[in-house]
Amino acid sequence: MDITRRRLLMLLPAAAVAWQYVQAGTPEASPNYKMTDHWWGMLIDIPKCIGCGSCVRACAEENDVPEGYYRTWIERYHVADWKIEKPEVESPEGGKQGFPPNHDVGGKNFFVPKLCNHCVESPCTQVCPVGATFVTPDGVVLVDKTYCLGCRYCVQACPYGCRFINPKTNTAEKCSLCYHRITKGLTTACCEVCPTGARQLADLKNPKDPIHEFLRTHTVQVLKPHMATGAKVFYNGMDGSVR
Amino acid sequence: MLRLTCTTTRIVHPGSLYRVTSITGPCDPNHRSPTESQLFKSIAQFCAQLAPGVRRRKTSLFKDIEHLVRLAVVMAIALIAFVGLRAVVVPHSFGQYGHYRGAAIAEIAARPAAFAGHDVCEACHTDVVDQKKLGKHVVVPCEACHGAQSKHADDPASVKPAKLDTAVTCARCHEANSAKPKAFPQVVTADHSGGLACDTCHQPHRPRIEEASQTKPATERKK
Repeated sequence: MDITRRRLLMLLPAAAVAWQYVQAGTPEASPNYKMTDHWWGMLIDIPKCIGCGSCVRACAEENDVPEGYYRTWIERYHVADWKIEKPEVESPEGGKQGFPPNHDVGGKNFFVPKLCNHCVESPCTQVCPVGATFVTPDGVVLVDKTYCLGCRYCVQACPYGCRFINPKTNTAEKCSLCYHRITKGLTTACCEVCPTGARQLADLKNPKDPIHEFLRTHTVQVLKPHMATGAKVFYNGMDGSVR
Repeated sequence: MLRLTCTTTRIVHPGSLYRVTSITGPCDPNHRSPTESQLFKSIAQFCAQLAPGVRRRKTSLFKDIEHLVRLAVVMAIALIAFVGLRAVVVPHSFGQYGHYRGAAIAEIAARPAAFAGHDVCEACHTDVVDQKKLGKHVVVPCEACHGAQSKHADDPASVKPAKLDTAVTCARCHEANSAKPKAFPQVVTADHSGGLACDTCHQPHRPRIEEASQTKPATERKK
């Protein structure tokens, strides 16, 4: 068939429509889950966090995280009076067993749960030399452990220190936002067990998700906004001393 | 100045079909090297001696076309080898969504969940749900205290959840800590109970003690 100008013009719209389907990809393991319908993030409400460590324990159990490594962890901040630039931060065992009592220390004290920020412009995926880590079409940063070489570039690239090398597999590991759960309609393990609702999974593409109302009406920050990573873990009521 | 060394050098004369396989120049540093024009002149003479009858073909588009053909064959074999190897080595789904293995997404999503989720628990344990609705612990999901119960949910008859030690479980949240929100109920367990299990007095699903004896209307409970 000769490609005449007329035929080309007729084919182009059809090709454009087809390309949409190519980009949308094939259906995943969960039959009713469409990746293009979601854009995942998380909301962390710092004034609600009690530092109980439930999220850290749940994450370790759900994802088989090796002892001494953390996909999510809790930090306890102590800011003495005006020393906002020099907070004292501690995270014994990632806060897995809670925190030792600190009565009458004065100043400002609060907990900050941390996890992978599932950045849109994630530095870790940009440095991976083999394409073993990537942002999925639904906005989750994942690691393909069968493809990872364990070169540690991503561990160094993450400005939030969210990655580590699993000593068993010698591959990079990090929070997967419980991708195996959220694609089945469940929430993440950490959000599931949070007793105060300090952690909430957010689907930014779902107009009915309460996250939109929350973001509109609260003073919300992301960690290290100057890094321009496009972080999708939003912190409510976060103090300026948080690093 | 072109300096030739003792090693073998291969030069193709521009106008000839023949090839000078090796020209050995002076390697003695004290010896004066021939200039470039001198060298080419001598090569041309050498070629003329070797091939007196050869003439330049005026009709062909390229000079020395057989060299190009040879090169093209080598390139074609290399290209076929590259494409063939790539097809074998690179996973089929690589590049499906981006510069990564598309099938990895489904593999990661296929992992079984350890935490069943409170909706699953509440489907059977309606009595506990009713109890929790009467107290502040209504917001606390089941597996926050009871741990991952997916296996129990899949096979409730044979897999039974472990009984909790309330002295440990309750203290994880309610042990006093200056970093906890002020409004959150906290106790110093050593002073409060002296290490006694919390469920000696409190009913964990409905922890407020007076609530156990008299049930308040729903409107009063919300503060």
